[in-house]
Parts: sequence; C-alpha cells; structure tokens
Amino acid sequence: MKKTLLLLLTTLAVFSLFQGCGKEDPNTLTILNYGKYIEPEVLDKFEAETGIKVEYEEYITPENMYTKYKAGAIDYDLICTSDYMIEKLIGENEVLELNFDQIPLVKNLDSSYFEFSKSFDPENKYTIPYFFGTVGILYNREIVDESKVNSWQILWDDTYSGKIIMADSVRDSFMVAEKLLGYSLNTTEDDKLRAAQQLLIEQKPLVYSYLVDEAQDEMIAENAAMAVVYSGEAGLALEYNDNLAFSVPKEGSNMWIDSWFMPKSARHTENAEKFLNFLCREDIAALNFDYVYYATPNMKVKESLDEELQENTTIFPPQEILNNCEVLKSLDDEAAMRYNLYWKEIKSAD
Amino acid sequence: MIKKSAERIYLFLIFLFLYLPILVLIVLSFNDSKAKVVWGGFTVRWYKELFSNTAIMEAFSTTIFVSLASALLATILGTLAALGIDAMKKRGRTIMLGATNIPLLNADIVTGISMMLLFVRFTRLGLSTVLIAHITFNIPYVILNVLPKLKQSSRTTYEAALDLGATPLYAFYKITWPQILPGVLSGFLMAMTMSLDDFSVTYFTKGAGINTLSTIIYTEMRKGIRPEMYALSTILFLIALILLLFINFRPAVRRERQD
Amino acid sequence: MRNLKRQFLAGPYILWMAGFILLPTLMILYYAFTSTSGDFSLLNVTSITFSVHFKSLMLSLKLALICTVICLILSYPLAMILNNLKTKSQGLIVFIFILPMWMNFMLRILAWRLLLSNNGVINSVLGFIGLPGLDILNTPTAVVFCMVYDFLPFMVLPVYNAMARIQPDIIEAAKDLGAGNLTIFFRIILPLTMSGVISGIIMVFVPALTSFAISDLLGGGKVLLIGNVIEQAFMQEYNWNLGSGLSVVLMVFVIASMALMNSHGDEGGGTFA
Repeated sequence: MKKTLLLLLTTLAVFSLFQGCGKEDPNTLTILNYGKYIEPEVLDKFEAETGIKVEYEEYITPENMYTKYKAGAIDYDLICTSDYMIEKLIGENEVLELNFDQIPLVKNLDSSYFEFSKSFDPENKYTIPYFFGTVGILYNREIVDESKVNSWQILWDDTYSGKIIMADSVRDSFMVAEKLLGYSLNTTEDDKLRAAQQLLIEQKPLVYSYLVDEAQDEMIAENAAMAVVYSGEAGLALEYNDNLAFSVPKEGSNMWIDSWFMPKSARHTENAEKFLNFLCREDIAALNFDYVYYATPNMKVKESLDEELQENTTIFPPQEILNNCEVLKSLDDEAAMRYNLYWKEIKSAD
Repeated sequence: MIKKSAERIYLFLIFLFLYLPILVLIVLSFNDSKAKVVWGGFTVRWYKELFSNTAIMEAFSTTIFVSLASALLATILGTLAALGIDAMKKRGRTIMLGATNIPLLNADIVTGISMMLLFVRFTRLGLSTVLIAHITFNIPYVILNVLPKLKQSSRTTYEAALDLGATPLYAFYKITWPQILPGVLSGFLMAMTMSLDDFSVTYFTKGAGINTLSTIIYTEMRKGIRPEMYALSTILFLIALILLLFINFRPAVRRERQD
Repeated sequence: MRNLKRQFLAGPYILWMAGFILLPTLMILYYAFTSTSGDFSLLNVTSITFSVHFKSLMLSLKLALICTVICLILSYPLAMILNNLKTKSQGLIVFIFILPMWMNFMLRILAWRLLLSNNGVINSVLGFIGLPGLDILNTPTAVVFCMVYDFLPFMVLPVYNAMARIQPDIIEAAKDLGAGNLTIFFRIILPLTMSGVISGIIMVFVPALTSFAISDLLGGGKVLLIGNVIEQAFMQEYNWNLGSGLSVVLMVFVIASMALMNSHGDEGGGTFA
C-alpha cells in the first residue's frame, strides 16, 4: 500500500518534471521591471483581456537588471529600466526597434517626454517613457532642521548620526557626493571619483542603512530622519505620514526617466507591443499611477487628476528644479568597473 | 534543587529565544497598523490581502511542489545509491562518500552559482532547473540517512533468504527494506526540510516569474514592510506544527521506537 | 557476483553527480581562471588579496567564528539538560527545534528585523520600562544574532543525538569505579560527543561563513561579507569571472577548515543518525 503510493507520487513527480521543461507555451510575455513598479492588478487585467500569460520578474538596481538580462538564461520580452542603462544597451546593439503602428495609444503620452528621451534614444525608435522624476531628500520635519535640507550637506551633519538612509545604488549614491562637490554626476576623472568616494566613506558612520525600495517604509515608520529617495517614493510616503516632506537640494540632482524597451532576446514581440499599448490606455495608466505614484508622462491621466495633485511638486517636479538636474549617461566598462570597486570599498569601510 | 531550577530557567530562555520572534510575527499579523510596531487594533485584513496576492499563493504551491518532488526523487536516487555504495569495496565506498559530502560541505552560494553557470550555458532557467538543483543538494542527506541503517541491517538473514530460493528482489523487499525504511523516511524528511528552507540555491537557479516562498519573501522584504508576510508566517507556522505533530506522533513511529 | 550487480544501483546517482556536481564545479573553475575575454588569468583568484575582498573575508570569518562559538556554548549545556530530562519521546525535543526551521528561513530574518529596528519590539519594551534603546539593527551584531538564531538547531541536534547515544551503563560503571562528575564529563561524555560537536560546528560554520542574505537584510548594506561580494559580482557587476574566482577561494577555505576539523575528530557522521 505504501509502495503503491510512493510509486504513484514518483510517476507524478517525474511526469510533471518533464512537462515543465518539455514544451514552450507560445502565448506568454516575460517582463523584467523594477520592484514595486506596477500595480499587480494591471497584470491580472492584461492576462484576463488578452489571454496572454505574464511571467513577471523584478530587479532592484539597473546594474542588477543588466546582469539578469546579459546572463541570457531567461528570454525577456520587455524590460523597463532607466535612461543610462538603456543607452548602454542600445550602444551594445541589444535593443529592438518598436513598431509604433502596433502601439496607437502612445498618442496619450506627452510628446515632450519623447523629446527628453532623445538623450539616450536619439531617434525615438526604441523606447516608450513610463515614469520620470528626480532624486532628493525625504525627511521628517519633526526631527530635521528644515532650513538646511536645501543642501546635500545635511547628509553629513552628525546631529543626525544613525538616522540617515542612503541609496543602495552605485550611481545614485555617487551622484549625491559629486553634486555636493560641484562635479558632474557623469564624471569619470579619477581624482574627482576618489574625492566623492572619500566623502561617502566619511559619511558611512552616520548612515543608518543603505536601501533602495525599503527606504520609504523606514521613513513612514520613523526609523530614520532622512533618506535619499526617488521623487515618486517621497510622494507616496507623504500620503502615509504627515510629518514627512521632500526637497531637491540646490546643488542640483539627477533627473531620470524610466522607459520600456524590447531587448534582443524578445521572442513574443507582438505580445510585448500589445502590453505597451495596454499600459498607455488611460484607465490602465491611471490605475498604475495610483499605485506607483511617480510622475507619469501620460497626459490623459495627468489631466484627469485633481488640481491639488497636478500641482504636487514632489510628484511632478517643477521646471526650475528640472533645469538644475542632470541626466545620467552610460559609462564605459573601465569607468563602470572603477565606480563598482570604489562603491565596494565604501561598503566595506569601517 | 538549585541546579534543577537553573536548568529549567535555561531551557525556558532558549525556548523563548527560539519562539519569541515567531510569536511577534503572529501577533503582528493581526495588527491593524502597517507602519509602526504599535498595536492598532485587531484585524484579519492582512490575511485577506495575502490570499488575494496571486504571486505569493503561486510561490506557495511552487514551494510545496518543489520540496515534495525533489525530496521524493532524491530519496529514490539516494536509496538506490546507498544500496550500491553499501555493496562496494572499501576504496570505492570512500570515494563515493567523499564525493557525496561535496554538496553538503560546499557553500550554498557556490552550489547555486556553479549550477547557474551550467544551466545558463546549456539550457534556460525555469522550474526544472530549480528542481534539479534541489534534488542535487538533497541526495546526500538521503544517502547519509540510509547507509547507517543498511550497515545495521542483517546481512545473514538476507543471504539466508537467497539460499532458500528467494529472488534478490523478493528478499530485499521482505528483509532489507523494512529495516532501512526508517532511514529512508528520515532521509526524505530531512531532504524536504532542506528544500523548504533553501534560499541561495533557488535564488541563483530560478527562471522568470518562478518563485519559491524564500525568494518571493526576499524580494518582498527588499520592498519594505509587508504585513501580509506576517500573516504568511502565522499560516506556515501552523502548517508546520500540524505536519510535524502528525509525523512525530503517528502510532507507527511509536511502535518502531519501542523496539 | 551478486554484489557487483548491486553496485550498479549507484549508477544513476554517479551519473547525476557527474552532471550536476562535477560539471558545475568544472564550470566554476573555468570561469575562475579566465579573464572576461576568455584568456587564462589568475587575477580573479588572487583578487582576494585586494583590501576590500580580504577585509570582507576576514569579517565573514570573524562573524562565523563568533556565531559558531555562541551556538556551541548555548547548545552543549542544552543538550545535557535535554538528555537528563529523560523524556519519554525523544521526538518531542527534535520537534521543538525543527519547528522553527519549517517556517521559512527568510521569515525568521524578517522576525529579527521587527524585533531589532529603531522603533521595533525590543526598543518599545525597553522604552516602556524606561531603559535606553538598542541600536543594533544594521550592524554586525544584528547579523550575528540572526545567524545564531537560524543555525542553532544545526548545532543542538547533532550534539543531542551524540549524547543520547551514550549508554547510561558506561556512566554507571564509571561511577561505581569511583569517578567524579568532572572525570565522567571529561573522560566519557566529552569524547563520546565529540563527533556530534564536530558535525555541529561544520553545520553552523559553513553556512555562517558563506551567508549573504542575512547580512543583506539585517546589515543595512553596511556589512559586506564575502558572500555579499560574490553575490554582487554575479548579480550587480556582471563579472562572473571575479565571482567564480572568489567562490573558488571560498571553497578552498571551507574545505581546508573542514579538513582541519575532521583531523581532530573521528568519523564525523553523528549528525544524521
């Protein structure tokens, strides 16, 4: 009796094992996106409407995305990532052209963002903007001296020792130090990088932790006084805790734009384009905006928001702030390696 | 007397250490306040959110499938291997045991990465790669559980059965099998425990959209506070409790322990 | 003849090992000794001498040692107490220690994060009774705490198993022959439980040395262990050669410390019986 049961279970297991790797279901769509960067319901709705099965995978930093893609072990159909990383992949010939005839709803997007995208996609052939924003300081007004948050310098103020959250992402953390020193955030000059590194090492004893997506919740829970976060993260945090506020320091910051593209590995390009069109649809984009809460380039959605939200400068950065911001450019391999090594040295410093 | 109470206190402290974190998770799973660790009223909201979270539910079933299937296949391969190794001469046995120890001693991260390198080169990552990886690190646990029982099992009875005309298979089924069964079962159980608890190997060998509980909790945790996770902990704890109670206190086991 | 046939039963396992243990190990060696362009190179392996890599290896060693020692100190008396309890069902004890293990590894880390955070449970309790809070989240201390929590059962069970196997008659005999409690402990109990202790040390030390998830989630990105360096090389920097090189170093390290361990004990198979 026991033996029969065992035999049955074995057959079942072996059977399902081979079924798992045997055939390939053609009607799928494999997506790679940042964490917390889509309303899960959007995926459910897409599956329900089109019958396409979505295989959804997340990553934390753009570098993490690059590795996952380059490993080549998974054939992604559609990836969303940031400007400089897309530039790098376009340079490596890893991106497919989009067929915009299949994505008619792209007309819902404000064309000025396509202008902006030209910095990494010069002919607007490859990408569709998803969300954009800046990087700034999310802080707790009860604890932090508000007259000082207009400068990155406050992140080195030892009155907030153990209450500062830095970005756990190479380029974002270096950006802060570089801007404070008055450099470009795309600098590759070694002495400037070293100076920025030195500053970040000095800061380390004051840092509560290096985080990306968790920073928001730590701030809401008031486990820290201030955090370097993306503007959208701040926008959402402000909704949960009235003590919080957001500032983009006067030294300038990074303006980023996250866009969708089809990588060379795409095997379901039609499904990918269907999905992009779906994302541009007003009701879907609105649903998604409510969840992600970053500045959306979808003008239909923006127009439908109430005035107060449209004028929320945390979510929609005003022009004068954007003018003071720089866009990240992709680094060559040698510079990228130095950034990585210097970052590791910061992380292992005492 | 003092010694006795010191012992009691020590035991109590260790159990507190082991179970306090779990208790905290359970209490917080009913807490109606997301942001802070402050009691905000009783709620079952997180349970509702958990059950409507398809990603977690899928990861749950994947975990069950992977741990059962991998433990089962590892038990079969491992038991056969143990029978084979037991029949080997000393040198062959030493080599085999040494090789068996490799995945056991190797760092999870190295096991996971080396398999990833292999899979990336020859195939795509998917559910089957996770399963293969789990079977691989499970087999040694089975072998190491079955071998001692085989050594204890009485060789002479088996050979006597053969001399009396039993086929090897029949003799094995009638004589050896009942003697090694406890080892096979505990090997299976250990393999399942390891598979359930694994994070590193799965992390490196999983394909897109495939998650076990470990990997999905890891990604969820990197996103910030998720009270659904507390609810999940409570449910997993209850399942583990019931299952282990069932396994440990079955009458069959009790009978076996009496001999 | 019969035996030869039976040896073939190990065939599938040997094939499996060749495919999924030997081959992957060869792959890792291949990557470790080649540069990104595919030429032979020792740089990946020797890069362990880079101050940042070496420092993280030393930190990992330190934390792993601390964790192992704490586990051992906690477990040994515990195993003795449990053994003396003479519970009717030995299963119950194993049960108590295995139960937390069946609740996911990640969730146990989550629990510690909740306990230790600035506004977490421990600090709330301390604040309530008027004591100053503990700031140990995002420090190596928090990482060690969680490692001890996660790996304690791996130490308790083998030590307890070894102890439970000691025949009471032996101890009785020693007592009859006039041995004192200390003598019994050092001459009988300790030597007879050594195999369990060694299994326990291995089972705790190796995962502690190579863990990366715990430091990732409880170290706040400030505790860089060798596991984190390797994980980052693979997952962030897309430098598989470097990651493999460091993995090989780690592998050698683990094997060497195991060899050291095993040379001090007899056949260390006490874990699984």
